[in-house]
Amino acid sequence: MIQVEKLTKSYGNYQALKEITFSVEKGEILGFLGPNGAGKTTTMRILTCFFPATSGKATVAGFDVFEEPHEVRKRIGYLPESVPLYRDMVVTDYLSFVAGIKGVAGREVKKRVDVVMDECGLTHMSHKLISELSKGYRQRVGLAQALVNEPEVLILDEPTAGLDPKQIIDIRKLIKGLAGKRTIILSTHILPEVSMTCQRVIIINEGKVIAVDTPQNLTSNIQGAGRIVVKVDGPWQEVVKGLSGITGISRVDRKEGGNGISEFVIDTAKGLDVRKEIAPLIVKNGWGLLELKPVEMSLEDIFVKLVTKE
Amino acid sequence: MRNFYLIARKELHSYFSSPVAYVVITMFLVITGYFFYNLFASFSILSFQASTNPAIANQKNLLNITETVVRPLFGNISMIMLLMVPLLTMRLFSEEKKSGTIELLLTYPVTDMEVILGKFFACLTVFLLMLLLTAIYPVLLFVFGEPEIGPVLTGYAGLVFMGAAFISLGIFTSSLTENQIIAATLSFGILFLFFMMGYSVSLMGPTLGNLMIYISLIGHLEGFAKGVIDTTDIIYYAVFITLFIFLTLRVLESKKWRG
Repeated sequence: MIQVEKLTKSYGNYQALKEITFSVEKGEILGFLGPNGAGKTTTMRILTCFFPATSGKATVAGFDVFEEPHEVRKRIGYLPESVPLYRDMVVTDYLSFVAGIKGVAGREVKKRVDVVMDECGLTHMSHKLISELSKGYRQRVGLAQALVNEPEVLILDEPTAGLDPKQIIDIRKLIKGLAGKRTIILSTHILPEVSMTCQRVIIINEGKVIAVDTPQNLTSNIQGAGRIVVKVDGPWQEVVKGLSGITGISRVDRKEGGNGISEFVIDTAKGLDVRKEIAPLIVKNGWGLLELKPVEMSLEDIFVKLVTKE
Repeated sequence: MRNFYLIARKELHSYFSSPVAYVVITMFLVITGYFFYNLFASFSILSFQASTNPAIANQKNLLNITETVVRPLFGNISMIMLLMVPLLTMRLFSEEKKSGTIELLLTYPVTDMEVILGKFFACLTVFLLMLLLTAIYPVLLFVFGEPEIGPVLTGYAGLVFMGAAFISLGIFTSSLTENQIIAATLSFGILFLFFMMGYSVSLMGPTLGNLMIYISLIGHLEGFAKGVIDTTDIIYYAVFITLFIFLTLRVLESKKWRG
């Protein structure tokens, strides 16, 4: 549905995008992940034909964004990061205006506007001025305007930025509900969002793609080695000595717990479960085993690892 | 065509949902009304004096209501337009740039031309409404005097052309910046220079001087105010409007190649 090949964008001497290549299948939700200034918004602006790339090629629904921007624009719904709306308009008027301009047929406009207002939970706000709406509701209006012409492709730039937790859950639900019917690219720097809503993730940093995979694969691949946390009541020097003696443990880190209790973070080689050996060791020495648990590396850790490695 | 209509309607709605249009139109009418009052009152005093003073009564030109009231009135209205039209045009693109709505607007399936013309005609509509309200002055003239109808009609035609020219320049300066004050200042400054170009004619040779007179905005209204429709004047305004609409189009397109 979306093909991006060696896309490069320069601003003077600064290269915002460096030969980015990726593709998105029909009906897929792709998460676009990266720190601020990584090039997420730039990529989205190129895909929405707001400005062209310096070099490279991008097609949306089979149409080249540079050659046939008009055809591309008819097929996308775009929500920019700042959610720019005409604040002096009433919600229904605004959505009708957008529907009309996006080519929804005259007699269909009212119906479509009612449908998207219902989808986005805006029906009870329909006669309010946009300037009177809270941030969360404005975000919904932004999403509604993107959806109003039933576009094949949705491009959402940080759709949940600045919302409260409940609103975030609502918007995520809404986006997930669109999966399958529409192809969606959403950018974010909030990691749980990606693991919750997206089928595939692209991590970009400083204008380059540094990883493309499903959230699950990313987690397991990068994790590589396992990590275990043990909380022990006992003399810590001896515990460290004992733990270091177990084969497969590459590193032991101690954190003071107070009252003679210490917490140890243990890194192990990949694919080895040393928990079976840790427990008997502690019990044998008469120390108190208070806690023993494996640590899952979160997407956050992976992200930081990937981004700092660059 | 539909996009053009939708954009024009949206812009018109914006003008009247904020106080901008009301304030500008009110001030325009207050100032032009003041000028009209002075012109008309002076004329009536003059006519009164002429009835007792034969020296004044002999100056036929001075006692012609078309010459002493209608023509200067159009000149005055054009000056007030110079002050007010930049205030109507300044927001057209600047506001969208500042609030970021331009990003959405230009990613909708509309052409840049539809956007520009939609905004142009919305502003022109407000301007025409403003001008229409000044029709009360000539109506009063017809009630109390006997001016010629021809110069009144052509004078208005001239003002419409001139207003459209002002608007095209205002839209252009508005597309240059996201700051409305800069947009208004630029369009006011440039219009004023165009207005005053005839001022330096005496310092120049005949060729350059004539060119300056032709470029000057004010010179092209005089014919209309006298009741003369000259194609040169119409072409002048048409070229002026086309030029600045074209330049605006270029500015919008420039985002395609600017880094």
